[in-house]
Amino acid sequence: MQHTLEQFFRALRAADVRISPAEAIDASRAVMVTGYGDRPLFKDALCATLAKSAEEVTRFDAVFETFFARDAINLNPPPEGSPQGEPSQEDLDATAGSPLAQAVLTGDATAVQQSMEEAAARAGVADIRLTTQRSRLTRRLLEEMGLEEIERIIANARRMPDGQGEGLANRLDAARRNLFTEAQAYVARQHDLYAAGSAQELREERLVRKALNADGGVDPVDYQLMAALVKKMAKRLAAKYSRRRRAARKGHLDVRKTLRKSMAHEGIPFEIAWKVKKIDKPSIVAICDVSKSVAAAAQFLLTFLYSLNEVVDRMDAFAFSGRLISVNDILDDNGVEGAILKVLQQIGFQQTDYGRSLQDFADNHLDRLDRRTTVIFLGDGRSNFADPRLDIMRQIHDRARAVIWLNPEPESYWAQGDSVMHRYARFCHVAKQCGTLEQLERIIDDVLRSYVPH
Amino acid sequence: MTPPAVKPPAADHLSSVDALIEGLSSVGYIASRRIATALYMAVNLQKPILVEGSAGVGKTELALSTANLLGLPLIRMQCYEGLDESKALYEWKYGKQLLYTQILKDRMGSALADAPDMDAAMVRLHGMGDLFFSEPFLEPRPLMQALRQDDGCVLLIDEVDKSDEAFEAFLLEVLSAYQVSVPELGVIVAKTPPLVFLTSNNVRDLGDALKRRCLHLHIPLPEAALEERIVATRVPGVEAKLTKDLVAFVQSLRTLDLRKPPSISETVDWARALVLLHADSLSPDLVRDTLNVILKFEQDIVAVEPQVVELLHRR
Repeated sequence: MQHTLEQFFRALRAADVRISPAEAIDASRAVMVTGYGDRPLFKDALCATLAKSAEEVTRFDAVFETFFARDAINLNPPPEGSPQGEPSQEDLDATAGSPLAQAVLTGDATAVQQSMEEAAARAGVADIRLTTQRSRLTRRLLEEMGLEEIERIIANARRMPDGQGEGLANRLDAARRNLFTEAQAYVARQHDLYAAGSAQELREERLVRKALNADGGVDPVDYQLMAALVKKMAKRLAAKYSRRRRAARKGHLDVRKTLRKSMAHEGIPFEIAWKVKKIDKPSIVAICDVSKSVAAAAQFLLTFLYSLNEVVDRMDAFAFSGRLISVNDILDDNGVEGAILKVLQQIGFQQTDYGRSLQDFADNHLDRLDRRTTVIFLGDGRSNFADPRLDIMRQIHDRARAVIWLNPEPESYWAQGDSVMHRYARFCHVAKQCGTLEQLERIIDDVLRSYVPH
Repeated sequence: MTPPAVKPPAADHLSSVDALIEGLSSVGYIASRRIATALYMAVNLQKPILVEGSAGVGKTELALSTANLLGLPLIRMQCYEGLDESKALYEWKYGKQLLYTQILKDRMGSALADAPDMDAAMVRLHGMGDLFFSEPFLEPRPLMQALRQDDGCVLLIDEVDKSDEAFEAFLLEVLSAYQVSVPELGVIVAKTPPLVFLTSNNVRDLGDALKRRCLHLHIPLPEAALEERIVATRVPGVEAKLTKDLVAFVQSLRTLDLRKPPSISETVDWARALVLLHADSLSPDLVRDTLNVILKFEQDIVAVEPQVVELLHRR
């Protein structure tokens, strides 16, 4: 039974329920207390020890039902013409070599099921990874169960003179087809349990590495998945850093103050004073390019902008293509999708004009920058040969604590065509390529760690 | 609400899940099977139990009822941002220590007067050194109190998600080994491990390390039948017909898109209010007048008010 539990844990892990060895041990101990007899009790006990959040409980329920679903195998009733019930003695003699055939003939579903489980363990059905392995594994499962024996018996029976063996052969043949269906269903179920998640994982892995501004952008088929991925990453970052910011502000004993206060009590330190940490209030100004040249990446950059907005207390978000606007209100008042749509509707996909946009920023928002501000640019630095206004960039650089530029294009493109990235890069503390979701997450992570003091 | 006059010994209630359900209902807590199983596992595996669910579904109440059922003292620790060791575990009584030092200052002189030289005086002083860091100067806080209950107790760590991350890490030692380390005194181990409940409202995600050490129990909003039983137990004197009606109404409220859908405690409060008003059936006017008992936000009340008649007729 321990083996079955282990398999169950594997199935749960495949369904994204995280189970550590410690939890597995707990679950085994829980099962020792409850026993296997009472199904609801068994299930609830496992659920309490294994699933650690409301979502995990839902997934646990689904996996439990699939995993422990052992519908009785449906054995064909004997075909018409043959008497119901006990098979004749000759039939039993003819099939003496194959316990499986006998079980099928006597209608012993339990025996067939048991033999299927054992065969499955030998054939390694639970190791299934891909849909394409299904037919091969079904075949192996049947072989392990002893299908060849049955086929041989059928062949022998058909060769018997005067059609004596015809009845037996027909019945076994029907049973064989039936077994095949059952085995297929069994393998399919195992696939659902262990491999359904892994295909998704493969796709996600590929998408994380896909270039954000690849030609033609992201495949519409993948779009939903990718948006979900971005959100997942954003949530991960948010969880990580919102927790950090809560770190307790505990002080040390302030000896000087304590002594001074004790003067009133003949030098006896009745009142103890603690050092209080001054809290540095960092802020972030994020400026995001949503123009045509970064069209494919813009959505994801904006999603990240949105998540940053949730993580950082004091953040000002701006978006630009031809002109620059503040998008704080839009991000605050709308959900992720709504906010992105609104930003794109207002100023998305126009001709980029970096100079003009920087000018807008300098005119209206330059007072937002001080020595505690980190400025993050998200954009490709392609300004359609307009004046890049490096003077404003220098001003921003001088005022802010740090300027970080994340560019979806690789560094080798930075000086080519209308790109002025190499010139802007001089005024950035960090200028990095950030072409895939994976890089984006890593860089933002770095930024938050080094530029958001806690 | 009213516990039976003679309580059977605690061990009986813990013999099986069914006995536990029955026992809990005898102290006024109607538990679903999943809740009882989780509790049963917690007792048998000696693991803390982390209870999650929206506000007012009976998380805290579960701990109170369990303590009541098992006849154990309940020690409660309310968590909040900034809670730290000195408030949760122990603190030295600084004032008392200072006062005693002052009082003993004069005695010190005479005690050391006959010491032949400085070294001898120092040796004698070392002997007295730990005087001020001993049990009489220790102020135990909830966690230490719970560990020092020799006959066991129920420890309720309420709203653990409101505490800081650092405090959560600090809880790990207590929860997994039922012990705490006090630098001046050594390790204090519980003779009988307390039965620990942690409750969480999901203000923030708890760390994996903490989750891993606990059994997890999520209490959802109850189904109609269960909720009717809860109301009947909690509010004696409410009529069956009224119970049915008001539960059905609350259940239909939960299907609406409200900022804070009413949970069990609101249903119970409402039932109490209706009993006070001597109502025997729900009329639209009565519902409108008492809507503020079940809905806690002005927008929700405004949204529901025009629909009251329709909701009452829906079932």
